[in-house]
Amino acid sequence: MSPAAGRERAAATAAQAAQDQTRHLEQLLSAKEIVVACGPGGVGKTTISASLAATASARLGGRVLVLTVDPARRLADALGVGGLGNVARRVPDEAFAEAGVRPKGELYAAMLDMSESWDGLVRRHAPDAGTAGQILANPLYRNITRRFAQGHDYIAMERLYELHEQGDYDLLVVDTPPSLNALDLLDAPGRMAEFFSSRLLRWLVVPYRSRLVNLASRPFYQVADRILGSQFLEDLAGFFILFQTMRDGFVARAEAVNRLLRDVRTTFVVVTTLEAVPAVEAEQLIESLRARHLHLGLLVCNRVLPGSFSDPPVGRIAELLGQRSGELAESLASLLPEDAASAGRPSAEMIGRVLNEVARSFANFRLVATREAELQGELSAAHEVTATVPYHPGHVTDLKGLLEVGARIWGDEAATTPPPARTSPRRRSNRRRPGTSTGDDAPEPPSRGASS
Amino acid sequence: MPELLSYKLLFVTGKGGVGKTTVAAALALLASEQGRRTLVCEVEPKGDLARAYECGPTPFSGRHVSDDLVAMSMDTEASLREYLRVVARVPTIGHIGPVARAFDFVATAAPGIREILTVGKLCFEVREGHYDLVVVDASSTGSVVGQLAAPSGINELIRVGLVRSQTDWILEILGDPSRTGAVLVTTPEEMPVAEAVDLAGRLSKETPVHLACVVANRVLPELFGRSEERIFNELGRPATLGLLAGELGSSRELVEDVLAAARLAVTVRRDGVAHLERLRAEIAPEVPLLYVPYLFARAHGLRAIRQVSRALSEELST
Repeated sequence: MSPAAGRERAAATAAQAAQDQTRHLEQLLSAKEIVVACGPGGVGKTTISASLAATASARLGGRVLVLTVDPARRLADALGVGGLGNVARRVPDEAFAEAGVRPKGELYAAMLDMSESWDGLVRRHAPDAGTAGQILANPLYRNITRRFAQGHDYIAMERLYELHEQGDYDLLVVDTPPSLNALDLLDAPGRMAEFFSSRLLRWLVVPYRSRLVNLASRPFYQVADRILGSQFLEDLAGFFILFQTMRDGFVARAEAVNRLLRDVRTTFVVVTTLEAVPAVEAEQLIESLRARHLHLGLLVCNRVLPGSFSDPPVGRIAELLGQRSGELAESLASLLPEDAASAGRPSAEMIGRVLNEVARSFANFRLVATREAELQGELSAAHEVTATVPYHPGHVTDLKGLLEVGARIWGDEAATTPPPARTSPRRRSNRRRPGTSTGDDAPEPPSRGASS
Repeated sequence: MPELLSYKLLFVTGKGGVGKTTVAAALALLASEQGRRTLVCEVEPKGDLARAYECGPTPFSGRHVSDDLVAMSMDTEASLREYLRVVARVPTIGHIGPVARAFDFVATAAPGIREILTVGKLCFEVREGHYDLVVVDASSTGSVVGQLAAPSGINELIRVGLVRSQTDWILEILGDPSRTGAVLVTTPEEMPVAEAVDLAGRLSKETPVHLACVVANRVLPELFGRSEERIFNELGRPATLGLLAGELGSSRELVEDVLAAARLAVTVRRDGVAHLERLRAEIAPEVPLLYVPYLFARAHGLRAIRQVSRALSEELST
């Protein structure tokens, strides 16, 4: 088969894959009400979440909200909404007009304000305004809420629940905070409930005198007193006695949040880059989502090198270019214009050096692209639909950029630059061995094993 | 400012994904190869060090990677047990298992307890002189300030008790610029540089630890000089493209694809340089900035660690 025919065939397959991808995504985002973007840190989750939301609002219509944690506040600038806070702001139609798009729906953005959200929780769950005030004024409160393990994850999920309850939006896209472990997010509501029902919390809040009588807690207090000092324990206990008053509200809420994550209306999007460490983390995340019967709607491989870098015919040309750089430089020398700065035509030697650098640079990127293709093969073999967003130097700085990224997730441009590996959407239930055609693998409406 | 490897305690930190573990592992390897007895500790026990050295699990008790290099993972509960046994001399700790769990709980709830068990263990190794250098693969930007600020924070919250009496010597080690320093890792990209600049400020404002150096990881090599870049830009013109395609017996598209790789490298490098200039301008001039080149193979494991270690060694000797 000639390289040209091979390319055409690859392009045709890619075009089919792109159509499938678009259909899958539109079905997914029409059927779901909540999209949770998760994945390792530093892979571009914030940008991908915003792109998904912007593109969904533009193409599918409805009211779409992206809830972000964007620490650099760059997203607010990109969306043209100025400062973002807990209160959602509408992205103006002018911003879409500037990007040359007439959106079918409305796009809103809000940022997760941790301390404001915690304060809101306390006010809601405290039995009365006085207790709420006491808790909020306690010096331990700020410390604890800020440092409470997985507190940020919990708040993100809690805000998501609240927004969903209010029912103002057709689609909520939530960008999750960077955490030690992406899986913590899934356990956060459960852990919050556990915290309140823990025996240790009960030990802490029993009146001081009965502590030393209580056989179970006595060793704990003896050691704790010795190490921390009883005054500190008293302060801590005082705080937790107040905190306990919110127990029922918190536990009920955490359970509701947990149910929502498992609900048929919720889907997870795993975002990763194709570097070794993030890819391993993403794979674990995918496995864990599956083990918990959570719906995985899409895998987004971000910042992937163009497929041409691992294309053998292109690689051969690069090699030839390096090997024959000397003679090619001779032929080129007469063709290149004079250089105004050095007042003369560039020497064949210098041109040869440039050609060699080009060949070397290609070889370097080919190595990376090959690794990426391998990792993507492994990742997308593990599950359903994969979207590939190509490497983009610089950063997405406006709505236009976000919509361009969205177009790649939708599969618009995949036909012209096929991603490096297995470009067809594939689903777990219908997996084939490598080499068999997947062209007829039309996506069905998303479904899950156990729906609620 | 002391030479980097003559510190006693180095906290390697930075935004998630910039290569903290790689740099920490490479620094520790380099120190051990220079004959320093070195301990490297990952604060978040995710197994990253074990993957980096390809050496199998690195428990709290430590694993010898080589004669002079020991790798360990932090475990606050084990740290507490060790502390109770060695420092507090609580003899019955083995019999009251729930105490450790209870403490884990208090550590979750009470500010600074977990942090001080982490930082305390590391300072303890320094104080006891078990090692010439302790390298810490510290937490990322989000929590490292909390960790390093914990000893001073605890002084305000806890007025008596053993923990209180321990914070003084910990603070003395952390705040000694001849012994303890932070190594800030970043990459030549917008967000990591912004976070590095921010973190440098917070370290000096909120913690006793001073900044020892900044490592710019994954720096792309310069491809072309100025006049070479002009030649490169000419190569994309139809006439030159046609000539190359003719001579190589290929289509223009394939030649374009080859040129695209170099163009990508040039663009990414140029963006990166701008970010690094900003970094250099915003951190104190006396803080050294070390460059580690991009590893194109994206090799991971020991081979990558060796390459980074060599790069750091060259940077430190110039």
